[in-house]
Amino acid sequence: MAILVDGSTRVVVQGITGKAGSFHARACLEYGTSIVAGVTPGRGGQKLDERVPIFDSVAEAKQASGCNASLIFVPASGAADAILEAAAAGIELIVCITEGIPTLDMVRVRQCLEDTKTRLIGPNCPGVITPGQCKIGIMPGYIHKPGPVGIVSRSGTLTYEAVWQLSQRGIGQSSCVGIGGDPIHGLGLQEVIEMFDRDPATEAILVIGEIGGREEQDAAAFWQTSSRKPTAAFLAGVTAPPGRRMGHAGAVITGAAGTVEAKIEAFDAVGISVIRSPAEIGEGMSKVMAATVS
Amino acid sequence: MNLFEYQARGLLGRYGLPISPGGVATRPEEARRIAEGLAMGPFVVKAQILAGGRGKGRFLSGFAGGVRLCGHPAEVEEVARAMLGGVLVTAQTGPEGRSVSKVLVAEAPQISRELYLAILIDRGRRRPLVVGSAHGGVDIEEVARESPGTIHRIWVDPQVGFWPYQARELAACMGLRGLLLTQTADLIVRLYRFFCECDASLAEINPLAVIGTEKIAVIDAKIGLDENALFRHPEIAAYRNELVEDVREGEALKAGLNYVGLSGEIGCMVNGAGLAMATMDILHRYGGEPANFLDVGGGADQNHVTKAFGILMADPRVRAIFVHIFGGIMRCDVIARGIVEAVSHTKPKVPIVVRLQGTNFEEGKAILQQSGLPIRTSDDLADAAQKAVAAARETR
Repeated sequence: MAILVDGSTRVVVQGITGKAGSFHARACLEYGTSIVAGVTPGRGGQKLDERVPIFDSVAEAKQASGCNASLIFVPASGAADAILEAAAAGIELIVCITEGIPTLDMVRVRQCLEDTKTRLIGPNCPGVITPGQCKIGIMPGYIHKPGPVGIVSRSGTLTYEAVWQLSQRGIGQSSCVGIGGDPIHGLGLQEVIEMFDRDPATEAILVIGEIGGREEQDAAAFWQTSSRKPTAAFLAGVTAPPGRRMGHAGAVITGAAGTVEAKIEAFDAVGISVIRSPAEIGEGMSKVMAATVS
Repeated sequence: MNLFEYQARGLLGRYGLPISPGGVATRPEEARRIAEGLAMGPFVVKAQILAGGRGKGRFLSGFAGGVRLCGHPAEVEEVARAMLGGVLVTAQTGPEGRSVSKVLVAEAPQISRELYLAILIDRGRRRPLVVGSAHGGVDIEEVARESPGTIHRIWVDPQVGFWPYQARELAACMGLRGLLLTQTADLIVRLYRFFCECDASLAEINPLAVIGTEKIAVIDAKIGLDENALFRHPEIAAYRNELVEDVREGEALKAGLNYVGLSGEIGCMVNGAGLAMATMDILHRYGGEPANFLDVGGGADQNHVTKAFGILMADPRVRAIFVHIFGGIMRCDVIARGIVEAVSHTKPKVPIVVRLQGTNFEEGKAILQQSGLPIRTSDDLADAAQKAVAAARETR
């Protein structure tokens, strides 16, 4: 068991003929992911590496390949359209890697998704991986290792650093979900924590948050009502100045709730262990896990 | 991306919002001429910086106030002379303040009441939020704390849009009646249209003022725009160049790098925004302060690394450079070659500490060590950060 994706997930890659799309489609195939189709309008009938059939639309790809998840590399100006196309075709899980989608486009996309069964991860995210089974995203697969820790993060390379520290200590991961750095996005911290809470393969949870918004506070409030699996958190941006966008579109402090201090306070209040140094994520996680065993 | 007040006035004016007549000046004589072209005084002269609290601010020269009322054009010139080229420190700028290169000169109407109006994106509810209050001219977070009942909110269904009845409802909640109510409702509808058409992330009018008994006017406006949407607003994207207050940020913008200038002494180059923030944080933990936030991107190549080095090394604040790369798809050996190339080319005068981790990190480290260049390396993040902090102290 794991969350969101496993060995049976069948993936279509939207934007598969682009530079990033083809590169990462190959990397996912190499990892063992079932990439069963690609979509690039106007390129229907072709194949990627004489292996993956390409279609003009997601609906055609779904009919021909039975895909149930989509990985999107379409450029920002067309990415919202690509998400809606996948949802209209009935794709259950959409992972959108694209960075730079206008916020008001995402407002409308989220509204449309409310009435569907589709789940969205991202945009502006590294994707999702269930180590040893399925990788739908751009993360380096080899740093991961199957195991008990579920990771949910608003960041990319910082998550790789955390995974690396865990794997170095021999601590594997059940699934790792990068929810993305944009202000309006799909699955949130709280929703992913809920999934880990229900997942028997996940024994402990690592949350990687950052400045901006109040998702961490909402997640902390939920965690208190959950079965409270051992959980640790790291929060980036103690030194970030207010009002400035720190790379991620969503990483800007616009009010008291957006500061790391406010988020640490929320986690502390419910008893989630907050790791203070990015160099101690592996160590902090293993302490939290050891404390619950004894 | 936040706009200067004079830019915000220009944009809102295009949408038919009532803006007091005025203009922007870069020289004192120009400020005087603008005042002479306006109707009778009083006039207001406002320093243009991207931070609030201007009215209560103070220039490093000792001149008090970034917003000043003047009775005559000659006085406008005098005040503009004191502001232009000066550095204004406010509660929001930090002690180093911001330099003032432009002043806004406008008519200063007789204000009888100050209101508050804003549109923003509510991240939690994932939709635009229109906020109005009868209490304007003060910090809205303060109003929210002290009299939360006076703040009225309307969440907009993105599929239905924002309609005039909602604007009238809000105007009524703001305590307006008669002609003022219909005028303000019209203004709110126009502001919402601006918000959507220009892809704003924040449109805050504070104060929105009642002039005399039957006129409404925008006195100060703070506009934030969604940088992700600039591709479909080329005319707004052009504002960007005027917005750069920090020379370093101007250079980074030209190089296409994700950079925010800070006031510390350690120049940072990191791949990924979250890791870049975490790197700044760990330097702070060990007693160092970052000179900048710089994300070279998850797919950084040699070209990016070279450009980034150039910007860090041109910064006189920087006493040490800390390069922190987690190689994922981007291999550490490629990054290491980029670093060697950039360092041998630019010959930096400050120590360089590099931490490479992830894909091919050992190969990357070997390349750095064999280059014969004075580059210090460490595999461990805590150790690397401490080395960077120590290196910055050496050169003091």
